[in-house]
Amino acid sequence: MTKLDSKIPAGPIDRKWTDHKGHIRVVAPANKRRIDVIVVGTGLAGGAAAASLAELGYNVKAFCFQDSARRAHSIAAQGGINAAKNYQNDGDSVYRLFYDTVKGGDYRAREANVYRLAEVSANIIDQCVAQGVPFARDYGGLLDNRSFGGVQVSRTFYARGQTGQQLLLGAYSALMRQVGKGAVQMFDRHEMLDVVVVDGKARGIIARNLITGEIERHGAHAVLLCTGGYGNVFFLSTNAMGSNVTAAWKAHKRGAFFGNPCYTQIHPTCIPVSGTHQSKLTLMSESLRNDGRIWVPKKLEDARAIQEGRKNGKDIPEEDRDYYLERRYPAFGNLVPRDVASRAAKERCDAGFGVNKTGEAVFLDFSSAFERYGKVEANVRKIENPSPEEILRLGKEVVAAKYGNLFDMYENIAGENPYERPMKIYPAVHYTMGGLWVDYNLQTTVPGLFALGEANFSDHGANRLGASALMQGLADGYFVIPYTVGDYLADDIRTGPIKTDTPEFDAAEKEVTDRIAHFLNNQGTKPVDDFHRRLGKVMWNKCGMARNAQGLQEAIAEIRQIREEFWKDVRVPGKADELNQELEKAGRVADFLELGELMCLDALTRNESCGGHFREEYQTPEGEALRDDEHYAFTSAWEWTGDAGAANLHKEPLVFEEVKLTQRSYK
Amino acid sequence: MARSALLGSSLAKKYWMALTGLFLCIFLIAHLAGNLQLLDMSPDGQLKFNAYAKFMTTFPLVKVVSYLLYASILFHAFDGILLALQNRKARPVRYHYEKAGANSTWYSRQMALLGTLVLVFLVIHMKGFWYEMHWGDLGLDADGNKDLYTLVAAAFSQPWYVAIYVVSMAVLAFHLLHGFASAFQSLGLNHPRYTPLIKNVGVFFAVVVPVFFALIPVWMFINA
Amino acid sequence: MGTMKLTLKIWRQSGPNDKGKMVSYPVNDVSEDMSFLEMLDVLNDELVRNGDDPIAFDHDCREGICGSCSLFINGEAHGPGRGITTCQLHMRKFKDGDVIQVEPWRAGAFPVVKDLVVDRSAFDRIQAAGGFVSVNTSGNLVDGNAIPIPKNDADSAFDAATCIGCGACVATCTNSSAMLFVAAKVSQFALLPQGRPEARKRVLAMVEQMDKEGFGNCSNTGACEVECPKGISLEHIARMNREYVAASVTKDR
Repeated sequence: MTKLDSKIPAGPIDRKWTDHKGHIRVVAPANKRRIDVIVVGTGLAGGAAAASLAELGYNVKAFCFQDSARRAHSIAAQGGINAAKNYQNDGDSVYRLFYDTVKGGDYRAREANVYRLAEVSANIIDQCVAQGVPFARDYGGLLDNRSFGGVQVSRTFYARGQTGQQLLLGAYSALMRQVGKGAVQMFDRHEMLDVVVVDGKARGIIARNLITGEIERHGAHAVLLCTGGYGNVFFLSTNAMGSNVTAAWKAHKRGAFFGNPCYTQIHPTCIPVSGTHQSKLTLMSESLRNDGRIWVPKKLEDARAIQEGRKNGKDIPEEDRDYYLERRYPAFGNLVPRDVASRAAKERCDAGFGVNKTGEAVFLDFSSAFERYGKVEANVRKIENPSPEEILRLGKEVVAAKYGNLFDMYENIAGENPYERPMKIYPAVHYTMGGLWVDYNLQTTVPGLFALGEANFSDHGANRLGASALMQGLADGYFVIPYTVGDYLADDIRTGPIKTDTPEFDAAEKEVTDRIAHFLNNQGTKPVDDFHRRLGKVMWNKCGMARNAQGLQEAIAEIRQIREEFWKDVRVPGKADELNQELEKAGRVADFLELGELMCLDALTRNESCGGHFREEYQTPEGEALRDDEHYAFTSAWEWTGDAGAANLHKEPLVFEEVKLTQRSYK
Repeated sequence: MARSALLGSSLAKKYWMALTGLFLCIFLIAHLAGNLQLLDMSPDGQLKFNAYAKFMTTFPLVKVVSYLLYASILFHAFDGILLALQNRKARPVRYHYEKAGANSTWYSRQMALLGTLVLVFLVIHMKGFWYEMHWGDLGLDADGNKDLYTLVAAAFSQPWYVAIYVVSMAVLAFHLLHGFASAFQSLGLNHPRYTPLIKNVGVFFAVVVPVFFALIPVWMFINA
Repeated sequence: MGTMKLTLKIWRQSGPNDKGKMVSYPVNDVSEDMSFLEMLDVLNDELVRNGDDPIAFDHDCREGICGSCSLFINGEAHGPGRGITTCQLHMRKFKDGDVIQVEPWRAGAFPVVKDLVVDRSAFDRIQAAGGFVSVNTSGNLVDGNAIPIPKNDADSAFDAATCIGCGACVATCTNSSAMLFVAAKVSQFALLPQGRPEARKRVLAMVEQMDKEGFGNCSNTGACEVECPKGISLEHIARMNREYVAASVTKDR
């Protein structure tokens, strides 16, 4: 059995990264030119890593399935990026960011990694500013901040509601600079379909050119997977349609352990599902919770009237509204962490207080923000004795300036004007904290195979705080991997180019082509999406916001059933040697069908509740997550053994030296 | 071959279009100012106009400017055709269905066509008057100047000739309606405060100048 | 809420060398809550079940930010409606019995790959020519607040930077010009102090690449600004024109 070695450096927590960087090996510039690195995925982690490694002198090959590196799904992150700059002088520090993140993750993250993340967070902002990322600024020309859930300081930097886009375009521009120089070879519309392991080391990948269908072999001394999360296993999520687990799953099957697969983040503020045709869910930025108040009716009859369309939110008088987050969590109010807010919404809706026709929605109401901002604005504009209408109008203007694009987006999708009627929101799958298990150097259990960003499991424990995903992606790509990969590659300076005409590459390619041939010759009757939708429903109902042992056991059986039917009855039209989007989907869903089972198995094994993993059997009398630190303060790392249901569990114990484990309280 | 930024690039072509275009706009004002004399159809007015015509074709400084003008017209036309050809090539397969009216005015999209029509008009116009003035067989007036006025009056006594002028001025109006403000944009002269003003002046210019130009043949036709 | 019956006329082209043609498809039971792409999903589902080749189209985030989707619907880039991409176009914009024309972006620089999918890699090459600030990714830089940036400049730079690179500007321009795309990037960096040192080199290089790709010339019709899902202003094109003239007259050789 492989022993998990997290390779956490010795020494005090605030010296670990500095000392580690000072002692690991580096590769001399002349030798870097002899080393090839493959980067799969071009989001924040991949784009940043590819650009940084090319700049250092490595030969980089970057891959993405989109038609351009700029379209990776990091682009859709709205709210912001955290950094311990303490520009607001509100008591922020590296330690506080570290502490908030560990606590927010419900004490299931690795301390050393989180501390490093907090340490480099400030550099990210400086780096992005230097790259020309247009962050929001105040009238003095300095960087502005906002607050996010789960913290009591303002440390989130933002670019209106499009922070992810701006950061990604920053990384993309750095990447394209290297492409222009010839230091990065860009392979867009290429999908990685397998990792090739030679003598126990990752030495390349098999990729399919999505335009021509050609199966290509690419050799390299190291392979970096920056391929994002697997939220699409739920079919409906806020992920892009193409987001998938295939790269990570293939790596898993080649020996990389999968960490904490059951930790899924359900984001509380998404636009509710409108019908069976729905292909994806749209997130409304968490920043809206700065000013919007979440409520449902206090009286069941009011809720029923709203569900039946006889009343709407405006008809419910103030005293009959239940601002349940403010009621339950006075200290953090509407800004409790995502897992807490989501579960609270589910609890109210399950109790019958939902506010749309399916009963699966709660109100996000800006009327008090309109009033508050309107009064301030009236003062600013020196309007004496403004009328309530005037205040409302001014307040709406201020809110429009802050969140206009989000309000427009809502109206466009929901067909209702959110300035006039409170928004309706409901939780949706958003992010996966789980991912490939990596050590402190971001290396998986396969030497030479690294995982960065959402694709790894490392920094967020059982729940990620808002505005921390962007931070992690860029930290891994810009500031961690350039050091740690050098330590690994120092052994490879004399290896020479990796040959791709070896039996290992032959075998991997054959597996890929066989699978494609199976799909195309299958003669089934149902499209891929049929199976994907069924899988999603099982996952959402039984491995979603709340789980229990019985449901999870059922889910495993159902997933096996769907998987069996899928292989027998899926219909994939078209040919292998052309652009074939159904074929692409088939491959991805096949992997989701195995991953889903592992997620359920992981959830079933973890007999406690923590963060995004809420087991109904384990809760406090107030309905909060009840951890079991004595038995479950570990990271689950699953080893593939040939069958999804027979995965082998390894445990990485979590040692907390800095943070005291307590019941998370946001009251 | 590296393309010279100030000659070969797409942007440079646009600067030259804008610069020559604006120069032609200035010329239009001067030309109109002189030609408005034609509205005075008295014998005295006739002599004054012929004297003006002589001055315009012989005074050295004016001659220099006129060569610049010919060059501008030719360059504007040549460059415009080149741009139009490149633009056509940039979309080898056309749309089956296009609702261009939803996002732009028809005349802004048809500048090449409008410009070509203006060019055709210019050929007719210059053949009719400019060529005759320079190399034609014109009689002399009482002051001994070439009698361009009589030639003009004779031309504008023919309805079809007047019609060509009126229609051509309408074409010019649409060309200017887009061209005037567009030239400023091409030169990078866009400012939230001044652009609305430029646009309004452009509309004014595009309407007033061609209307007055068209007024001359119509007036002369009616009062012949 | 009833459902709609629609007739779609869609461009089908099996590959780059195929001539391609418009093909008619009836679609029933379209709900007004569907997005346009979800409606195409429904059609594709049916095509697959019938053993036909589904319609290929680019799409990914389905929330109007990745810039993948790219359909020319009823004669307009991203269809009717302003400030939205095709994935944000909802069927409530249409009515029962409508005939809807769907074509790919058309430009020589955006060759059709299959059906409604085009190759927009020209944009990447333009970006690689100069759409960046040449800083190392070391993080050992000056503090982010070391150079204050006037809020107006930061906001304008952001407005330009919101470009999603979808190519609607090219698709909609009667000349297939890429000026709005290129100008947005040039303008973003020109407005920020961090972008100034390379501003001249950048604008010359990006325009040169733009011309090389075979895009048409800008004739200021303003159609791009109207159809741009992010409402990027023509002011940025003017700024690029200024930058370009300054760069060309002051460059060394």
